[in-house]
Amino acid sequence: MKAELQRLAKRAADDGLLDIAYTTTDSPFGPLLLAQTPRGLVRVSLPAYDPDETLEELAARISPRVLEAPAELDEVRRQLDLYFEGKLTKFHLPLDWRLSDGFRVKVQRAIARIPYGQTRSYMQVAASAGNERAVRAAGTACGSNPIPIVVPCHRVLRSGGGLGGYGGGLPMKRALLELEGVLRDSRG
Amino acid sequence: MTALPPFQALLDEHATDVMAVLRGAVGRGDAEDCFQETFLAALRAYPKLTDTSNLRGWLLTIAHRKAIDHHRANGRQPLPVAELAETPVLDPEPDAGIWAAVGALPPKQRAAVALRYACDLPHAEIAAALGCSPEAARRSLHEGMKRLRKELA
Repeated sequence: MKAELQRLAKRAADDGLLDIAYTTTDSPFGPLLLAQTPRGLVRVSLPAYDPDETLEELAARISPRVLEAPAELDEVRRQLDLYFEGKLTKFHLPLDWRLSDGFRVKVQRAIARIPYGQTRSYMQVAASAGNERAVRAAGTACGSNPIPIVVPCHRVLRSGGGLGGYGGGLPMKRALLELEGVLRDSRG
Repeated sequence: MTALPPFQALLDEHATDVMAVLRGAVGRGDAEDCFQETFLAALRAYPKLTDTSNLRGWLLTIAHRKAIDHHRANGRQPLPVAELAETPVLDPEPDAGIWAAVGALPPKQRAAVALRYACDLPHAEIAAALGCSPEAARRSLHEGMKRLRKELA
């Protein structure tokens, strides 16, 4: 049955019927759910979240034409693997921002511009998104980032240098910053 | 609005049944193509589906139509039963002979038998899938079974 389902996903994509292709991939933090539309990567769901809930949310918000189609996400997986090995410092992937709107998208686009191995404060990100007084809104936008890791909200910290929050949990945020050489490896 | 589940959930739950019905209806060789056509048609129509109370019945109805299309396209050629009988005894599906005979039944009888015995559907659901009354579904099933008993006796 596996071959039939792969063929179906391929034909659905060719016929323009595959609105959301998804797969799961291993990461040092556990399985990640990756979802993509014809426009680009739309969702990365961290191990802390239930993948079924994420898929239901995508079906409700974008389209119920959701199929498991690993081959469609080969390039995303390849770049993530390289990133986790420390061999990739910039993702080259088309992104689909439609799960966010208004100021949130501006903030998330600003986050996407923070270079590898650097950090910004919530206030800096708010300013970069066009409103330096909207620090709380910037924090909310970080927290609702639908494409974490690729849109590196882990590079946004509190002004005093505190870690702030992270949807995947603070140990994961710390580990990503260690990987990028921002923080010293706390595990020795 | 009832949220439609991700389409993959339908595949996970019903793909095996749909394939079983199609094997019964058109034979192993052509079931794969009908399977693709069934799910592509379902995927095309899915976002506009309003009644989600019986997704399985909906899929089986589409499969049934695709099987009929297939038979029409082939000019209702009888299935090559003789060839199937020559397949090696190692055939992994011991029921192949039975399903070949099912495949040779007229469309309604064939669908009724497949839905009943491959999918374990009750008469009411067979009727829904075939678009006929439960009584007519029962009759098709009965006629189909009578014919099979005769053929396989």
